[in-house]
Amino acid sequence: MLAEGLRKRYGDKWALDGFDLAVPAGTVCGLLGPNGAGKTTAVRILATLLRLDGGRAEVAGLDVARQAAAVRRHVALNGQQSTVDDVLTGRENLVMWGRLYHLSKREAAARADELLEQFGLTDAADKRAKHYSGGMRRRLDLASSFVMRPSVLFLDEPTTGLDPRNRGEVWREVRRVVAEGTTVLLTTQYLDEADQLADQVVVLDTGRVAAQGTPEQLKSKLGGDRIEVVVRTPEELPVVRDVLGPGAEVDDDAFRVSAAVADRVAALTRVTSALAAKGVDAEDIALRRPTLDEVFLAITGHKTGRDNVRAEVRA
Amino acid sequence: MRYAVIDSWVVAKRDLVHWLREPVRVVANLAYPVISVLIFGLVFGSAMNVFGGGEYIEFLLPGMFGQTIAFGVGTTLLMVSMDADRGVTDRFRASPMSQTGVVAGRSIADLVNSSLELLVLALCGLAMGWSFHDGPLNALVAFALLLWLRFALVWVGIYLGLLVKPEAAQASWMFLFPLTMFANTFVSPELMPGWLRVVAEWNPLSSTVAAARELFGNPGVGGDSWAAQHSLLLAVLWPAVFVAVFWPLSVLKYRNLSR
Repeated sequence: MLAEGLRKRYGDKWALDGFDLAVPAGTVCGLLGPNGAGKTTAVRILATLLRLDGGRAEVAGLDVARQAAAVRRHVALNGQQSTVDDVLTGRENLVMWGRLYHLSKREAAARADELLEQFGLTDAADKRAKHYSGGMRRRLDLASSFVMRPSVLFLDEPTTGLDPRNRGEVWREVRRVVAEGTTVLLTTQYLDEADQLADQVVVLDTGRVAAQGTPEQLKSKLGGDRIEVVVRTPEELPVVRDVLGPGAEVDDDAFRVSAAVADRVAALTRVTSALAAKGVDAEDIALRRPTLDEVFLAITGHKTGRDNVRAEVRA
Repeated sequence: MRYAVIDSWVVAKRDLVHWLREPVRVVANLAYPVISVLIFGLVFGSAMNVFGGGEYIEFLLPGMFGQTIAFGVGTTLLMVSMDADRGVTDRFRASPMSQTGVVAGRSIADLVNSSLELLVLALCGLAMGWSFHDGPLNALVAFALLLWLRFALVWVGIYLGLLVKPEAAQASWMFLFPLTMFANTFVSPELMPGWLRVVAEWNPLSSTVAAARELFGNPGVGGDSWAAQHSLLLAVLWPAVFVAVFWPLSVLKYRNLSR
C-alpha cells in the first residue's frame, strides 16, 4: 500500500494536505491522530470510497483512482460502526457477504462455516445477531470482512466502545489475519492498541504526517525512561516538581509529577532520598517507558481525542 | 450483468427477511391500512358524501390503496438512510458488487412489500363491500398503475434517504400524512375550498387514485378540472416525471458520496 502526496479538500479546508504512506505487504500500520486529523479521510480514499483531489495511491499494486473496481476485489473495510445485520443470523450475514463478493451459493456457505469456526462463532451461528454480545458482533463484523481473504484490510477504530476483554479478542483476530498475509491499515485513538498491533506507526496531524516509525522508535524519541511520582495532597506537587527539575510535568488531577531521566536506578535513589528529606510521603514512585500518549502529546501538541470520545459516550 | 441480478436478489432478500422476521413491522405495515379502512369506512363512512353519488366504501378503497403506496416512500427513505448511517452503504460501495444491485434490490423488496399490502387491503375491502366492476384485467391495470407510482417513489426515497439521517426519516410521515390527505383519497376535491381543491386535483397521488377508481369502476370519477379528466394519462406521466427527476438525482447523490 502506497500513498504519495494525497490531498483532499472539503470546502476551503484541506483534510489531507500531502499525505505520504508506505506499508509493506503483510504488516500492520497504525494511523494515529486527534479527531479531525484526516485519519478516516485517508482510509476512505484508500478504500475507494472518496475521490482524491491530488497525489496518487496504490493498494495491492492497483491505482485507487483509475482501477477502483479492481481494488475493491482485494480490500475489505471495517468501519467504526458495526455493519452486522441484526435481523439475520451470524451465518446468514456471512453468506450474504459471500454472495455479494460473488461466491457461488455453495462456496459462500462453505466459507461462512469456515469463518464461524475460525472466529469462535459456530455455537451462535444460527442465532440472530441481535442476540450477540458486543464482542461477538465485532468478531462477526470482522469475519464478514474476511469472506474473500482480502490482501488489504482497513480497520477504522475497530475497538472503540469495547471492553478490555473484547478488545483483546479483536486484537487476537487481527494478529491471526496478519499472520495469514493480510496487510492492515489500522486507525485508532487508543495508543496502546497501536503499540500492541502495529509494526509501524504514522502520526497524522492536520492532514500531514507528523511523525512515523516503529512504536519503540517513537518512544525513544522522547528520550527514554521517565520517573513518575504520585503524592497524596496537591500541596506536595510543587515540592516534587522542584525535586524532579525543570522538565517535570505536573498532572494536577492525578496528583502526579513525571520527568525524563537518563540514569535509571541512580535517579530513583536520588529522588527518593530528596523527597524523604523534604518530608514528602509519596504514594507511589516508579520508573517506566514513555507511553505513546506522551509521544503523541509531544508530537502534535495536543492530547488524543479519547477524552472527546468519552464525553460523547456519556452524552 | 449476471452479477447485477444476483446482487439485486441478495439485497432484496435481506430486506424481505427483515420484513418477515420483525412481526411488529409486518403488523404495523398491514394493520394501519386495515384499521384505516375500518375507521373511515365504518365510523366516518355514514357522514361522507361521494361527489356524484355512490357508496363511500367503494370510493374509499382506491384512496386507501393510494395512501398505502404513498406511505411506502417513508419505508424506502428510512431503510436507505439507516443503511447509509450504519456504514452498510459504504461497505457495499467498497465491495465488488454491482452498484445497480443495491438500488435494484431495494426496488424489488419495496415492490413486493407494497404488493402484499395492496393484497391484504383488497381482501379487507372485498369483505366490507368494495369490489371492482370492470373485469379483472382492468383491475390488474389499476394495481399496475399503483405499483408504477410505488416504483417512482422508490427513487424519491433513495434520494431523500441519502440526504437525511434516520431520525429525520422517521418523522417523514408528518409530511406524508397531509400530502396524502390533500388529495382525492378520502374526500372528493369538489367538496374542498377553492385553493385546496386545486392542490388536491393536481396532487400526483390524485391522478393515480382517480385512474384506479375508473379502472375498478368505483364512484367519484371525473370532475371539471383538466387533471381530473385526464387522470389515466397523468397516472402514467406523474410517476414517469418522478423517475426522470429522481433517478438521475439519486445516481448523482450516490456518486457524490465519494466527493
